[in-house]
Amino acid sequence: MSTRRTLVLWCPDWPVTAAVLGGQGAGPGGPGGPGRRPVAVVDRGQVLAVSPAARAAGVRRGLRVREAQSRCAELVVLRHDPGAEARAFEPVLRAVEAVAPGVQVLRPGTCAVPARGAASYLGGETAAAAVLLDVLEQAGVPDARVGVADGPFSAEQAARTAERLPGYQVVPTGGDRPFLAGLPVEVLAPVLDPDAPDLLRRLGLRTVGAFADLAPGDVLARFGSSGGRAHRLARGDDVAAAGGRAPLPELGRTVELDPPLDRADQVVATLRPAAEQLVAGLAGQVLVCTGLRVELTDDLGGAVSRRWLHPRFFTAADVLDRVRWQLAGGGLGAPVARVDLLPEDVEPQGAHTEGLWGGGPDDHVHQALTRVQSRLGHRAVGTSVVGGGRGPADRTTFVPWGDRPLPTRPGEPPWPGRLPPPLPSTVLTRPAQATVVGAAGSPAVLDDRGTLSVPPARFRVDEGGRPAAGWPVGWQPVQAWAGPWPADERWWTDDTRGHPTGGPTGFLARLQVVGVDGSAWLLLVSAGHWWVEARYD
Amino acid sequence: MTVLPPELAERLAAARSAAARADRRFGTTTARRALETLPALAALLPGGALHTGSVYSVQGSVALATALLAGPSAAGEWCGVVGVPGFGAEAAAGMGVDLSRTVLVPDPGAEPVAVVDALVGALTVVLVGPVGRVGGAAAERLTARLRQRGTALVACTPLGSPSWPQSTAELAVTGSDWQGLGDGHGHLTGRVAEVVVQSRRSARPQRARLWLPDHEGRVAPVTTPVEQVVRAAG
Repeated sequence: MSTRRTLVLWCPDWPVTAAVLGGQGAGPGGPGGPGRRPVAVVDRGQVLAVSPAARAAGVRRGLRVREAQSRCAELVVLRHDPGAEARAFEPVLRAVEAVAPGVQVLRPGTCAVPARGAASYLGGETAAAAVLLDVLEQAGVPDARVGVADGPFSAEQAARTAERLPGYQVVPTGGDRPFLAGLPVEVLAPVLDPDAPDLLRRLGLRTVGAFADLAPGDVLARFGSSGGRAHRLARGDDVAAAGGRAPLPELGRTVELDPPLDRADQVVATLRPAAEQLVAGLAGQVLVCTGLRVELTDDLGGAVSRRWLHPRFFTAADVLDRVRWQLAGGGLGAPVARVDLLPEDVEPQGAHTEGLWGGGPDDHVHQALTRVQSRLGHRAVGTSVVGGGRGPADRTTFVPWGDRPLPTRPGEPPWPGRLPPPLPSTVLTRPAQATVVGAAGSPAVLDDRGTLSVPPARFRVDEGGRPAAGWPVGWQPVQAWAGPWPADERWWTDDTRGHPTGGPTGFLARLQVVGVDGSAWLLLVSAGHWWVEARYD
Repeated sequence: MTVLPPELAERLAAARSAAARADRRFGTTTARRALETLPALAALLPGGALHTGSVYSVQGSVALATALLAGPSAAGEWCGVVGVPGFGAEAAAGMGVDLSRTVLVPDPGAEPVAVVDALVGALTVVLVGPVGRVGGAAAERLTARLRQRGTALVACTPLGSPSWPQSTAELAVTGSDWQGLGDGHGHLTGRVAEVVVQSRRSARPQRARLWLPDHEGRVAPVTTPVEQVVRAAG
């Protein structure tokens, strides 16, 4: 067991705090009043972070902007700006560095310091936590949290789960694994795939402890190297404990900028080959970098050095992001003359590398798909895997190209209520709203016992709900139908993903309908609301 | 047979390899290749099979387009599905499509034809969904690439929209008769589809009645009277 101790400082909703500190959100609430105006920071149409007032109004992370605005009309919406967030964090880091040396940034808003030094200087870990909270409050972050544990991952989780008062949580030495064991498996999401926790839950592994109890070989075989790392973290074996590691200069890269550059985008563009070489050099030794030191030296000899940790491992793009953030943080008095990239924590890559997954596709297939991915994004290209589930959309999982196909819910064991073959040839990713009426024109309504008020006589796909051109317009008489079959899935959660009802509304049922033109449809009904879920076309 | 002096033989070999390289580059000699095709469909297609370098237009039925993919995919070819956001993967698997070798690009963005172009050569059959209007020049360029690189294109368009320009064959489902569903009871057990194939080779369209799909999700010609099959499945 490692004898290192790590202290992590976490500023909740940092994007919002950064925007407020930066004056972007200063409105009638005024400076110092971030708690009063509801503020949300959005990225690509989705809410990324919310202020306490906005949270009280029901705005949550992950909502679409429109939905957030409909829940809270006076919501101030700000754009996500990683550069500004890094810049706003810089004064906070300096304030922390003044009392505790060796600060490492996990991301803007979260940093780690070696706890031993700070604890012995400030009189114990608890005292150090209290002092740092005080320092942060003076730096304009009143609601921060501190966690102390052996590894940075456990320490961050301790900070995130710390109570508002006293605002810190100390995990005793050697207590990382029991502490993590009780946490929900979702906390591993940044280390694993974003979809992996959902999968682990389906496998019955609800806590980090249950995941940690798996055999390491099984985890590696199913989740690849990121799974292996998540597993080590879950067991409390966090090798990237904060501070005090010897840098690996032979793997590092130094770039002299001649002439010196003062624009961040120029510096980043110049560094791109070096960052790629750095990652490729490590890959050549079957290593990945999880902790990186970036040193920026300006023309006059001034320097800014920062250590960055990564939840998975650094890709070339990640390295460049950190350089960009560090440049945004300021501290240099002249154009940048030299950049040092030093990997300080490296780990074996594990048993799997990208490209070998999926049964060893031919090189030219892999190249063509990667090219399309670079044009459209990583998640735009992939294959599908069929697993278990009742609804047609639940039964297939999309696996982005290059990712390891995740084991899905078993397809065989009983899924009562699943549709018998033949299966629909078009399964809508989002069910389209529809209207179904009886012979007399009264709407068909499903009651709590699963029976329809009137047999369906006519149906139509609602205006605006039609997913593609070529869908029938207007009413269509029903030639034959069957159902309703209860599809009472996931009623116990209020997870709205894949739930067309947008909330816990209880009873759902499916119907098969054939129109007079010979087209066949799979409809979903909940009370008086109807959706087209799939089409047999 | 004359034995060439060594330097001449060397020059001949060099010339041959240069010619082969040019062929590979400009594709002048990539032969049209017949692909494995589901027997139910093979008889309807010109040449008796799906061929590389050709475009097949399918109107109004994703299932029929998928069935064209099923033969080559089951034979181990890499296939792609571009711009079909709701592609029913499980139904496709039922027809014989090997999902692990079928690449999906549900949303190809603003330039779907460019995405198809990038995949041509790497994949053997590409199914492309509705992509809006494809100009004659763009279609011609793509067809030339299909011939050079040995890829077949299946273009699936909704009923009533213009079919892909320059297609070798145009397939359409003109009538569907779904089995198994009553007035509030039963469940779908299969469909007898009226399939019409029009090709440039023959003036008269080919017609056939197919199970698309049958009660096990497969594609088959209708040979036994429908009622017997329904009874067996029911």
